[in-house]
Amino acid sequence: MTAPVIEVAGLRKTYGPKVAVDDVSLVVGRGEIVGILGPNGAGKTTTVECIGGLRVPDAGTVRVLGLDPRHDRAALRERLGLQLQESEMPAKITVREALDLYATFYANPADPGELIRDLGLADRATTQFRRLSGGQKQRLSVALALVGNPEVAILDELTTGLDPQARRETWGVIERIRERGVTILLVTHFMEEAERLADRVLLIDAGKVVAEGTPAQLAARATAQTVRFSTAEPLPAGLLEQIPGVAAVTGDGTDYEVRGAEVAVDVVLAVTGAGLRPQHLRVEQGSLEEAFVSIVGNGPKEA
Amino acid sequence: MTATTTGRPARPAGTARSARVLAAVTVSEGRLYLREPAAVFFGLFFPAVLLVALGLLMPWAKEPFGEAPPLSEITAITGYTPIVLALAIGTVAYTTFPPTMGTYREKGVLRRLSTTPLPPSRMLTAQLLVNLGMLVVASALAVVGGAVVLGVTMPRDPLVVLLVFVVAAAANMAVGALIAAVVPNQGAATGAGMLTYMTSLFFAGVWFPLPLMPEVVQTISRYTPLGAASQALAAGWYEGRFPGVELAVMAAWTLVMVPLAARLFRWT
Repeated sequence: MTAPVIEVAGLRKTYGPKVAVDDVSLVVGRGEIVGILGPNGAGKTTTVECIGGLRVPDAGTVRVLGLDPRHDRAALRERLGLQLQESEMPAKITVREALDLYATFYANPADPGELIRDLGLADRATTQFRRLSGGQKQRLSVALALVGNPEVAILDELTTGLDPQARRETWGVIERIRERGVTILLVTHFMEEAERLADRVLLIDAGKVVAEGTPAQLAARATAQTVRFSTAEPLPAGLLEQIPGVAAVTGDGTDYEVRGAEVAVDVVLAVTGAGLRPQHLRVEQGSLEEAFVSIVGNGPKEA
Repeated sequence: MTATTTGRPARPAGTARSARVLAAVTVSEGRLYLREPAAVFFGLFFPAVLLVALGLLMPWAKEPFGEAPPLSEITAITGYTPIVLALAIGTVAYTTFPPTMGTYREKGVLRRLSTTPLPPSRMLTAQLLVNLGMLVVASALAVVGGAVVLGVTMPRDPLVVLLVFVVAAAANMAVGALIAAVVPNQGAATGAGMLTYMTSLFFAGVWFPLPLMPEVVQTISRYTPLGAASQALAAGWYEGRFPGVELAVMAAWTLVMVPLAARLFRWT
């Protein structure tokens, strides 16, 4: 295994009495896209700001590309691209001017013209920042984070405030960046975004990592399946509830909905065992969204 | 944490600190300045427009500036010219420079810069250079316009005027830099800047010529950054006096304000 690109251990950051990050540890390998997911105020942004060297942690260690963001700040700036929330550009600077200017800051910059094409801004190159749409501003923001040819990029709340169309366009952009081999730490509160883009996801709540895994693994940890069917006659009372793994049964006459981890086969067997056939059978796999709700909603919350 | 050293590709460090990068930022900021019609009007043309308009429209313009020498030897509009130069300095120092920095802070422009290798102080330096450039052009326009259109008499001691101009620009930009260093947003920058500007214009004699104001106001004025600028410029322009006190006052303002601004500067 190659050395990790980002290594965080025991990170803690407080603002006065408020604990923003309690205890966060994470490792991101080269070329990975890792999503940090969590509700507003969970400590996601503070975590990435500590990783980016914009804030000084109260405790814990942070290494990015083997560098300490506090002490090797100048060296890190050359190799880390940071896209932050609520960072605009001067209103009247054009897309091309902004990228050309930012390219001069770096020793080995990317070609601004190529970035403009890659991020779908070619027809906006001479447009002033104030006249860009929300999605175009975000894509420029991503381009500015990449213009230094970084080995690792941190993208914070990339698509917040964008309409669904612009959000999907931006996701397409990230998928193309991945092909450049850039390691990406992606902060989001959209499950769909993490599901689509991330190789691995960290769920952060109240300043702690509460779950970690691939989007599929996390989804499976939640109420993994929902089984819906109807029967010709009502089932015997308690039949479905006693199946191992079943978390909830709701029914309306002869229509049933069963939720639980990997319960579909057992439910079908139980129904046929009772001499009935499940009709209009539908099985839905759990989503990351459900995992999120179940883990964050019921997870340990001691702070 | 022992076996995790990542290979570091050799990258030349310090590119962002080169003069070439400062030049690029300054050119970019200059271009953005010229795209703001209000900044262009007030920063570049207002001093000349004010001087020429007063000279052409005011009945007192061609009258002697005062009853006794040296004021009786020059026209009122010549006496007003150093005041207009002080106004030009105040205009860039208090009305265009701090609001730009306030906007950059409010909009996260500075914050984004802090994620790049560029030392964010370069943005401050570029802004100072752009505003000083505008000030030089604005002052030249005013002096040339005054001379050509109104026949304003040129300074008695041009070198003193030049020295005073440089020191006065430094002192007032330093005060503007303190405002720029701490204001959280454009609104606060404009508010603080305008308050300083209007007060300064009073002490510089823009509203009412200083030589005609009470002695106590003239004394207070001598210790304000723009009042000292106005009096020192007048000393070199038509009084034939070396403005030692005023230069010392302005140097003191600069020496106090620059480190204070640097110390208090906020990037977010």
